Amino acid sequence: MRRGPLLVTFLSGAAVAALFFIPNYKAQAVNNKLLEWTLVVYAFALILGSMSLWNSHARKLKVRAEGWPFSLVTLVSLVVITVLGIWKGVDEGSPVGRIYNTVNSPLASTMFALLAFVIASAAFRAFRARSVEATLLLITAIVMMIGRVSIGPIISPHLPGITEWLLDVPNLAAKRAIAIGVGLGAVSTALKIILGIERSYLGRS
Amino acid sequence: MTWARKVLSIDRRYIFLLVAAGVVLPLLRPLNLPITVTPRVQAAYDAIDALPPGSKVLLSMDYEPDIMAELFPMSVAVLRHCFKKHLQVIAMTLYPAGTGLGQQALHTAAKAEGAVLNKDYAWLGYKSGFQVVMIGIGENLRGMYPVDFYGTPLDSIPVTRGVNSYRQMAMVINLSGSSATDYWIQFAQGRFHAPLVVGCTAVMATDYYPYLSSKQILGLVGGMKGAAEYERLIGILGDARRGMDAQSLVHVIVALLVILGNLALFVSKRAGEDLGGRPAGSMTR
Amino acid sequence: MIETWIAAFLTLCVFSFLYRENPFYRFAEHLFVGSAAGYLLAVQWNSVLIPNVWTPLVHGKDLVVLIPLALGLMMLARIWSKGAGIARWSIAFYVGIYSGVAIPGYMQAQIFAQLADAAKPWPAGFAGVNAALVFIGLITVLAYFFFSLPHRGIHGIGARIGIYFLMVAFGASFGYTVMARVSLLISRVQFLLRDWLHILPS
Repeated sequence: MRRGPLLVTFLSGAAVAALFFIPNYKAQAVNNKLLEWTLVVYAFALILGSMSLWNSHARKLKVRAEGWPFSLVTLVSLVVITVLGIWKGVDEGSPVGRIYNTVNSPLASTMFALLAFVIASAAFRAFRARSVEATLLLITAIVMMIGRVSIGPIISPHLPGITEWLLDVPNLAAKRAIAIGVGLGAVSTALKIILGIERSYLGRS
Repeated sequence: MTWARKVLSIDRRYIFLLVAAGVVLPLLRPLNLPITVTPRVQAAYDAIDALPPGSKVLLSMDYEPDIMAELFPMSVAVLRHCFKKHLQVIAMTLYPAGTGLGQQALHTAAKAEGAVLNKDYAWLGYKSGFQVVMIGIGENLRGMYPVDFYGTPLDSIPVTRGVNSYRQMAMVINLSGSSATDYWIQFAQGRFHAPLVVGCTAVMATDYYPYLSSKQILGLVGGMKGAAEYERLIGILGDARRGMDAQSLVHVIVALLVILGNLALFVSKRAGEDLGGRPAGSMTR
Repeated sequence: MIETWIAAFLTLCVFSFLYRENPFYRFAEHLFVGSAAGYLLAVQWNSVLIPNVWTPLVHGKDLVVLIPLALGLMMLARIWSKGAGIARWSIAFYVGIYSGVAIPGYMQAQIFAQLADAAKPWPAGFAGVNAALVFIGLITVLAYFFFSLPHRGIHGIGARIGIYFLMVAFGASFGYTVMARVSLLISRVQFLLRDWLHILPS
């Protein structure tokens, strides 16, 4: 049952990779069509995620699991915003646009704003200079934290220059090596998927 | 109980209060600390500033509300710079929840600089697919975006008339808080050789220095600090500049907390105590 | 304005988590999840399905668009346990496309371009010293990540030096991460003090 999908993976992947090198206009037209199709399929993948969310909370509501009133909040908000968005659009002046500015945007940004407190607490409790490596990391972090903000040049006029050097030399070297490593890994994984060696994305047989 | 043990046992909620105070107090009583512009932000500004009036620029605002604090002020500053220079901006987003923010940034900047929709900028809105969209724009823009966000065909919009790929665009500016930037480098710059300027969150900024060195990107605006520097360059006082005093104070607080924690550990080790240090763990008690 | 008050209330609900988990936080959390998912669906409908599927099919009479539509609907079959087999065809298609797109993309931008920049001749003076350090850092960090050989002898020394370069890079990343997180908090406090309480000037 997986041979067909594996063949589809091979054909679509090999086609797109090969078409990268073929400038012929008919070949590029095929390439464009494949990309337009992928755009639509990707949209349905995101829709699938929302459906899965619905299922999970609907199940909790059905069996009256712990916290079920909150699941009701999730389901009601999902339905209301979807229906309103499809009916009236998502433009800035539309009902969904206003809900976005009032609900989505503040909630998302505040959820992440909590991280400021967490990182301060975690840095105090866990950031320890227990080894040479950890000490090097700690000193660099402190120099960077102070040197890159407005107070840095006031504490020492050399701090901005030191932070620039740290970013332009050791940071650049390490991040370049990581980028090359990630690139090699990504290419090898992509090849394994196209050639059917890696099949985990198809799920259990 | 030794002072080291007392320090390390402090309730985390006092640390939260200290951080909160570090943010609130400088906002209420600004310190007006000077903002120095770093070379990478200057390079980004110079690259955009060098474009002749009337040049078309693709601006992709690939972020959602969770990181809008860093990238929204950056978007507004970059857009205001583009409008001041009379560049024609074709704006888009690759994140569904970035649609509202992209619109807001455009409206805010357009209102401040007197820019007009369709004449000075076009808003294409959202498309799913990341790399697929980037390659698609390079091959056939209208295949990806048959109409703009408001349903207007691209041929009816002066800004997008005659534009069907990166070849007709002077520059691509990507403001992103995710791997979207990597893909813009791979496809828009790598495959189609579009000049690329990048704005990103501070978390990601250190990752893009190799691309600056190899000239794959022309400039880098990193985080709220980068946005503040850009605001300074274009001569506006936005949210990013206003937040820099608070940023400085909290950084000093965190640095002092780290030093204090390590001092306590050092003192306890000398005294023969094993305090270990509690792991950060979850926020619930 | 009522909308500002609602936004401020929801902001404070989330911040209440700093004291301890409570029903206000859970309400805000669940509302966020539902509204984000709903907004995503609405945007997909307006920005992708209508212009890229419905309009070409109904107004443009483009029947070819039925292919991606069918693939997309097959993807939705995944929601049912018996539909996993049907969904595999759609998943195979888009995983194949993204894998094919990744190969030239990563090779060109992350491997060849970076290696080309690393192989440039070193300039004279202090810039040359920096370029030499970058080159040494690149080689030693790559040596560290090469786990197929044990880190012994010359390879071990190289890997050890590579670790030091990595620690400096991660320290720089940590410093910037603190900057990023604090920025997020500053923005929310600006909203509360300026837009809600009008303590700060607009």
